[in-house]
Amino acid sequence: MAQSATEIESTKSLFELRGVIKRFGRVQALTDIHLHLERGKTTVIIGPSGCGKTVLLKHLIVLIRPDRGEVYFDRVRIDNLPESRLTAMRRRCGFLFQAGALFDSETAAQNVAFPLVQHTDYPAEQIDRIVQDKLAIVGLAGFGDRLPSELSGGQIKRVALARAIALSPEVILYDEPTTGLDPIRAEVINDLIIKLQRELKITSIVVTHDLHSAYKVGDRIVMLSHGRIVADGTPSQIRQSQQDEVQYFLQGRSDGLDGDLL
Amino acid sequence: MRNLKAVTRLLARLDEWGRFWRFNWQVLFHGLFHAGAGRRSAGRARIWAQMYEIGNKSVPVVMITGAFVGMTLAVQSYQQFKGAGLEERLGSLINITVVKELGPVLAAMMLAGRVGGALTAELGTMHVTEQIDALRAMGADPIKHLVVPRFWACVLLTPCLTIYADFMGVLGGYLITVCHFGVNSNAYWYFSAHVVEKWDILIGLIKGVFFGAVIALIGCFKGFDCQPGAHGVGKACTEAFVNSFLTILALDFALAVIFKGIYETIWGLRIVL
Repeated sequence: MAQSATEIESTKSLFELRGVIKRFGRVQALTDIHLHLERGKTTVIIGPSGCGKTVLLKHLIVLIRPDRGEVYFDRVRIDNLPESRLTAMRRRCGFLFQAGALFDSETAAQNVAFPLVQHTDYPAEQIDRIVQDKLAIVGLAGFGDRLPSELSGGQIKRVALARAIALSPEVILYDEPTTGLDPIRAEVINDLIIKLQRELKITSIVVTHDLHSAYKVGDRIVMLSHGRIVADGTPSQIRQSQQDEVQYFLQGRSDGLDGDLL
Repeated sequence: MRNLKAVTRLLARLDEWGRFWRFNWQVLFHGLFHAGAGRRSAGRARIWAQMYEIGNKSVPVVMITGAFVGMTLAVQSYQQFKGAGLEERLGSLINITVVKELGPVLAAMMLAGRVGGALTAELGTMHVTEQIDALRAMGADPIKHLVVPRFWACVLLTPCLTIYADFMGVLGGYLITVCHFGVNSNAYWYFSAHVVEKWDILIGLIKGVFFGAVIALIGCFKGFDCQPGAHGVGKACTEAFVNSFLTILALDFALAVIFKGIYETIWGLRIVL
């Protein structure tokens, strides 16, 4: 029996949002979001500050639950599951938080080891070896015994990335991975996202307003504004978009912004 | 308009109350019945670490509190008892007050300030810096990981700390009454032992269990529920301390009524002096 276009899209997509609406008090964060995020690809979500990018990202692993609408992971509805039943899904995902969110009472190595201790029964030596490998991948070999307070902002972000990839997840969700990094470190992170996607076929969802990073790592770019999707396409399609809102954002022009954004 | 605001505030209070009891249920469910994911050794290590932070480091302040309580009671009561020719019975009053009421209550209040405030500040900061979200994102349960060890440490160690407060209270009262006012030592201990029963000491320790649970549950809930920013964390700490303080006093009254009822039902009325 022939599959419909929607069914084919559902099969290829790892995440799916159907009519997601989210409000915080008087702020409408997301309005009727319909989105398929494809397996094995890097999707970049761009948009001005406060447009709902991080809220959307957190909906994907149900750190935030929608007021209305549905969220699917691997064709299973997850937004209505209790926390205890989300563990298996979350184990398959890594999440890089905007400010790192490292546990500040634990060293860098203990932070990276956390998901391994939580979800595996590996012996201590094996965990130690994996931790050293992951720290080496992000260029921080030898920094394992430092506390987060002894690391710079960029180093914290890289330790957080090492923690996000500790369990070799299928999906990594990046919340502003290059914000606050110097251009060289930002490029290292961009190269790492590309490397993880190409070599390990990791699905990446990247929230950013760094356009250089978006063009470099993205197979697809989705633009949000005021909690709505206003553009969706490949990087070249987005660049050539005729929509004023998209062009104002891409060119960094403030003359087209409304009062809410200024 | 004013009525509408009052109704909104009332609904917000009810909402917070509901969330607090849901939080308590989750803590008790995880703490008592549910092992969950993760290594047992890691869970035990977290409880030991919290016991050290909450228990060991509180010993000096609790002992000092107990000592001053006993000494103050002795200074305040001596003249009245001497006037009635009952100074040798002063130990009865001081020691029963210390082990039954003031030892457990003031030790718990010290802990509400030292431990409860620290729990709220620590968990509140973790909340606003997304560390609690990071735990959830890594498939760890923040209640089991952060709250349950702190809950057990408070519940198990508050009665132990109460023993320290009681001991120092008894010692402080003795030093002032016997060494300073010159009351006969043997008589002091005789009347004390005659009045203070194991039941009285046990009541103080049972109160410690309840007070420990109150300190942990209110402190952790306020941390988990705090608003963003430094102002949010500060406000949560203040609310945690005030709420713990009032709850301890109200609970002390309720437990006093209950235990007095139990005692009188089993052994009948007791005259202390």
